[in-house]
Amino acid sequence: MTGWQSAGLLRLAPPLTLGLMAIPVVAGLSGTAIPALRGGGAALGKLLDWPGLPRAVALSLGTGVASTLLAVALTFLILAAFIGTPRFTRIRRTLAPLLSVPHAAAALGLAFLLAPSGWIARVVSPEITGWTSPPNLLILNDPFGLSLTIGLVAKELPFLLLMALAALPQIDAQRRLTTAATLGYGRIAAFAFTVAPALYRQLRLPVYAVLAYGMTTVDMALILGPTLPPTLSAQITLWMAEASLSMRDTAAAGAMLQFALVLAALAFWRGLEIGAHRAVIATAELSLRATLLDRPAALLAGGASLLITGGLALGLAGLCLWSIAGLWQFPDALPETLTLKTWMTAGPSLTATAAVSLLIAATATLVALVLTLACLQAEATYRLTPGTRALTLLYLPLIVPQIVFLPGLQSLALPLGIDGTPLAVAAAHLVFVLPYVFLSLSGPFRAWDPRIGTTAATCGASDARIFWQLRLPMLTGPILTATAVGLAVSLGQYLPTLLIGGGRIETLTTEAVALSAGGNRRLIGAYAVLQLLLPALAFAAALLVPAILWRNRRGMRVAA
Amino acid sequence: MHRRTALALLATVPALAGLSRKALAAEWDSTLSAAQGQTVYWHAWGGDPKINDFITWIGEKAFERHGVTLEHVKLASTSDAVARVLAERQAGQTEGGAVDLIWINGENFAAMKAQGLLFGPFAEDLPNWPLVDVTGKPATVTDFTLPTEGFESPWAMAQLVFEYDTERLKIPPQTIDSILQWATENPGRFTYPQPPDYLGTTFLKQVLYGVLPDPAILQSPVDDTTYDAQTAPLWAYLDQLHPVLWRAAKAFPQNEPALGQLLADGEIDISFAFNPGRASAEIAAGNLPDSIRTFVLKGGTIGNASFVAIPFNAAHRAGAMVIANLILDPEVQARAQDPNVLGFQTVLNLQTLAADDRARFDALDLGVATLSPADLGPVLLEPHASWMTRIAQEWSSRYGVAQ
Repeated sequence: MTGWQSAGLLRLAPPLTLGLMAIPVVAGLSGTAIPALRGGGAALGKLLDWPGLPRAVALSLGTGVASTLLAVALTFLILAAFIGTPRFTRIRRTLAPLLSVPHAAAALGLAFLLAPSGWIARVVSPEITGWTSPPNLLILNDPFGLSLTIGLVAKELPFLLLMALAALPQIDAQRRLTTAATLGYGRIAAFAFTVAPALYRQLRLPVYAVLAYGMTTVDMALILGPTLPPTLSAQITLWMAEASLSMRDTAAAGAMLQFALVLAALAFWRGLEIGAHRAVIATAELSLRATLLDRPAALLAGGASLLITGGLALGLAGLCLWSIAGLWQFPDALPETLTLKTWMTAGPSLTATAAVSLLIAATATLVALVLTLACLQAEATYRLTPGTRALTLLYLPLIVPQIVFLPGLQSLALPLGIDGTPLAVAAAHLVFVLPYVFLSLSGPFRAWDPRIGTTAATCGASDARIFWQLRLPMLTGPILTATAVGLAVSLGQYLPTLLIGGGRIETLTTEAVALSAGGNRRLIGAYAVLQLLLPALAFAAALLVPAILWRNRRGMRVAA
Repeated sequence: MHRRTALALLATVPALAGLSRKALAAEWDSTLSAAQGQTVYWHAWGGDPKINDFITWIGEKAFERHGVTLEHVKLASTSDAVARVLAERQAGQTEGGAVDLIWINGENFAAMKAQGLLFGPFAEDLPNWPLVDVTGKPATVTDFTLPTEGFESPWAMAQLVFEYDTERLKIPPQTIDSILQWATENPGRFTYPQPPDYLGTTFLKQVLYGVLPDPAILQSPVDDTTYDAQTAPLWAYLDQLHPVLWRAAKAFPQNEPALGQLLADGEIDISFAFNPGRASAEIAAGNLPDSIRTFVLKGGTIGNASFVAIPFNAAHRAGAMVIANLILDPEVQARAQDPNVLGFQTVLNLQTLAADDRARFDALDLGVATLSPADLGPVLLEPHASWMTRIAQEWSSRYGVAQ
């Protein structure tokens, strides 16, 4: 295997990967910018004339920033309160299945739980509340986007926690905490002063991705978000779907505005980071031990994680129950009858669809893994330092909203005649899978202790041998996590599958979203169960395999 | 096109009519042999499992009878397919397109026809076309006042019917005005899908029929000079209705299934649908209690037809025509009307059918909640498409951007 290194192929990996990321995005962006600018700003004028614009913009910014702030704060709070406790192990175990829940399914599950006619209301009615018909309360689709924010937090918290879990061993969190504890610091203070800054550095790009996603989500916003008017991204989707085709340029202009908003929010977030950084230093200099904080913080963290895991789990349990429910009326806590009809009728197409989804996801993830490892190894071998520009290119597909560049990408694929094949769809998925795989793998890869390599090299091992026999095996955990993330990302893609697949490639997600337009909870439940199962297995493997492999290697255990 | 015109001319000469029929039959035979082995991609809304199952069943029939494989491309919105065809033309792809057949009507049809995105005319050449009830059901050839001119072929009739739970509501209101009165007395128990949703806009059009002094103006395009005065009663009506709607009109269900789900969840007492057989079908499927019944308004409710159309660049045109023809087959139409399957109203003229074909329809049990054809009352024609666009737009700027 030294061959590909000496041939210099490895050196080509970073530019090749960056090209794979950047070209589709840039091509797609220009495909969107042209209609937006066509007609001398007429589209922009139409956009500005839309009376709902200020509110839609405010909603997009507000829900995106608020949900990211909350999700990051809760992630750190849960880590601070529970690292090293048995409770943390429990939380970790529930993470994997929760992370693999597709956004639309999570939103529908939460919606069924919280609605005035939802499961909670059904359980307590009529005995406690006296309601025989659902109360007329505005809980979902509230005008301020509160339920959308809660939904986003519930969905992004597991992602951030998992990213943090992958990073924690690399920054030697446990030793930092122990040292701080011997100096008399409380758990919260010890975490905030010694672990949080280093951890955040590793989490920064995932956080940016969460922020960009929160601001531009379409499926969650359509289910939980306000509708009078909806968020900007949801409105763009509605314009794109307008039958008269007359609003497409306006949609393109809206997409460009959405892009500008994301950039502005990222700049704002950067400001917050600097502020938080100063605040942490200033507080640390006060040498507060803050031991009194620990109990209330643990209570808060416990309550929050219980609410979120419980809420998601119950919502999904509700969907599962719907998939086997007969008639289920308010205020019955459980369905009147149970039936397998939904599963029987959907069975054959479910199996075929699941196979296609898995094939595409595996292809995209495998290619992404190879490219990521090649890039990282090239970086280590040739001592390349990835410039900020290179990093921005890599994260472009996560930061540029899908709705902004995918239609342009589709018009690129059409004349080439490559659309509508599973391979083309896998290639489109790769654009989104690769950054996530890179995000999840680069931190652990770079944080690998170079002294191990140096030691091996002094014993005469070649670079390739160090890579294959030391680095790779030691990174089994992060690699499996990255694989699971890649599979989950690919399985959850809707717009790329629909647009590049020309509607001919059916995956679990395209089917589920098409069904969710019809609001059929029974079938949505069946699809959600499968959508959840496939990546959940991958995540479970990512946690189990290293635990089994390293059961006799104390130093390889994840800090927990 | 020229050949077709020639055939049409030939058909007007009585002595040559037999010849033209023969020529048409020969043409259809060549269509059938071209279709053999083709895979037709039918882009159709995929939000209803019952409809999805029905399309699967059509696919089985098509393969059995004609060797045509049918793939249902399930859409979240019909305009996805329209956008796809448009993108293909912009990319210069004038043949071998991804879309072979679209379930379409109204605005989408008007947009595609106006932009020259459709193949045709083809519908009136289909062997089953003579069975279509073009006189009794004028909506089969007039799509939102736009003559179809053979660019789309009908497959189902729809009519607005209201649904209510007899357990909660004994005597439903039967006019637009009494709906307002009932809603005022029972606040929070009625709503409609948020325009520009299709069913929500249909409700607005139904209100227009109820409050306009002369509803005949709806058959012409919107006249800008008189529009404001004409629609004033509509907005006055909605201003009164909204404070007593579900969630005080601060949120709306987004589409027909979401509205139906509200009825199933007991959040509202009156719902409505564009399919007179929906309630029965939902009861049969165990999604609604069997105390649900339907009613229509005095003076009639709006009705229209669903169609299939073939894009100009369809890769499998012959196969698509075979499917369009198969959908008009009495056996298929009778199955669609079966409330246990779909409960859609047929587009065929039952009087012209052969006895055994008619028996298929006579044998149908329409279901507990479905009104008989006589009880369904008069069908009001869809207003000109410009009304739908205009009132949906104005609705959005009046109510769609909360202060």
